[in-house]
Amino acid sequence: MAYFEVKGITKFFGGLAAVNDVSFQVEQGEIYGLIGPNGSGKTTIFNCINAYFPLTKGEIYFEGKKISGLMTHQICKRGVGRTFQVVKPLKRMTVLDNVIASAFLHTRNKSEAVDLAEKTIEFCELTKYKDKLAKSLPIASRKRLEITRALATKPKLLLLDETAAGLNPSELDEAIALIKKIRDSGITIIIVEHIMKVIMTISNRILAINYGMVVAEGSPTEVAGNHEVITAYLGEDYSAQS
Amino acid sequence: MKRSFGRLLLLAVLLVFPWVLKDAYYQHLMILVLMWVAIGSGWNLISGYTGQVLFGAASFFGIGAYTAALLLHKLDISAWWGLPLGGVAAVLLAFPFGWICFRLRGPYFALATLALNEILRNIATVWESLTEGMVGILVMQSFVSKIPYYYIALGLAVLSIVLVDVVMKSRWGYYFVSIREDQDAAESLGIDTRYFKMVSLCLSALLIGLAGGLYTNYMGFIDPKVVFSLHDISIMAILVGIVGGVSTVYGPAIGAFIMVAVQEVFRTGGFGLLPALGKTTGWPFMTTLARYVSEVHVLSFGILVVAVILYLPNGIVGDWSSIRRALIFWRRKAA
Repeated sequence: MAYFEVKGITKFFGGLAAVNDVSFQVEQGEIYGLIGPNGSGKTTIFNCINAYFPLTKGEIYFEGKKISGLMTHQICKRGVGRTFQVVKPLKRMTVLDNVIASAFLHTRNKSEAVDLAEKTIEFCELTKYKDKLAKSLPIASRKRLEITRALATKPKLLLLDETAAGLNPSELDEAIALIKKIRDSGITIIIVEHIMKVIMTISNRILAINYGMVVAEGSPTEVAGNHEVITAYLGEDYSAQS
Repeated sequence: MKRSFGRLLLLAVLLVFPWVLKDAYYQHLMILVLMWVAIGSGWNLISGYTGQVLFGAASFFGIGAYTAALLLHKLDISAWWGLPLGGVAAVLLAFPFGWICFRLRGPYFALATLALNEILRNIATVWESLTEGMVGILVMQSFVSKIPYYYIALGLAVLSIVLVDVVMKSRWGYYFVSIREDQDAAESLGIDTRYFKMVSLCLSALLIGLAGGLYTNYMGFIDPKVVFSLHDISIMAILVGIVGGVSTVYGPAIGAFIMVAVQEVFRTGGFGLLPALGKTTGWPFMTTLARYVSEVHVLSFGILVVAVILYLPNGIVGDWSSIRRALIFWRRKAA
């Protein structure tokens, strides 16, 4: 059994299939990319994995145990952390308090939680913003705070939802470095990303989806050369030329 | 060090207060203030810190008050048992209510609490065989002196402040504030938001219920219109919270002091100033004005809310630094 497995998940919003019979497997320690045009259902897959939406059909397994059907907070406790594409900082709390709140997941002792929070903040290089209110941070740091907060829950699998969107080129390189650092610390990552520079350089494997259905799966180069993927992104004309 | 010294000094002043000011009227006002500190702190816990606005503080207050009254009236047990049991009864009410209504978010939850308030008031009015309806229940006071009540109220106020202070520094406190700031983010951080909203609601119901039990014992008379009152209890609780400062430990204490004072000024027509003026001048206009002023204290709440929201959106404690700056500036200008 794979480390993390999604089996035929389907999510209907009314009559619209936002995700239609998607299955994939992620091995421990890899970075698994999820790409697709806007509205193709990437974020919906994330929302289904962490039970933000109830599934219409399908099952999800993590470390051999079924996690579909659990509540969001229970899934987090099992070791699946996530970040949001539209960042959700706890605005009127300082960065440190944000991270402490999530560090309390595995400990009831406050000094342990503060310790873990400070270490995580240092790991993500947010130390200089530690005592700032979360609402005063620029977007790059807010995205980083999302990751920091998710890391403080000590996840084994981390779902990153467009953490590089809206960043400038130098911030982008820092974000890539951080994601690699997280992988090297032994955390498996599933990442949704539009920026090809990010997704092509760091992913081990990529799943391309369109209209909620799987279009292609494979290594970055395979997926980038796939006809259907090019069609999905650029239309029939370009796919015919290549 | 300096802060804890200030707190001890304040506590000492409050402890000797009834022996210094022996006037029963001022002791009565102080008891009300201390009772409101407990209600305000309870409201602040669920609404200020956890962000689930409670429009029905009177539901818990009334349940506490009626528990004490009915214990004596129906079972002939001392109403003093109603003080702790009133708190317990309020928690028992908060539990199913929260279980059902925490599916609602934001203003919808607030409306549900408002509905609970009205439902309970109607039940207490209509169910005459149990509650005597609008006739109310009379409970003989145990003490003639106000001093025992004063110390019980003081104990309750200190308990509520300490409880809020301790809870907000703990894991629960972090969770409450996370839920206020973003419930979805909190849930994805592994916080069981439903459970912790329940915890917060139960703690706040406990404090408000205890205050209700005290009210019955102290006032000696309750009826549905008084203890389930929307404007005199529920809205007043919100005002105590926002005037003093939402999500500050000492905000409700300051708010309680100011709100009880404002209510009293209006009720007595400026501490008897307006009626006295009416009498001495003999102008019918003054007498009419005095009567209206004593009836419009609810209107004064509205004016106060507008002023606080415009000038002190974080309440007196929350905006203390800017108030102090303004005061210093004003003093410099005068000098």
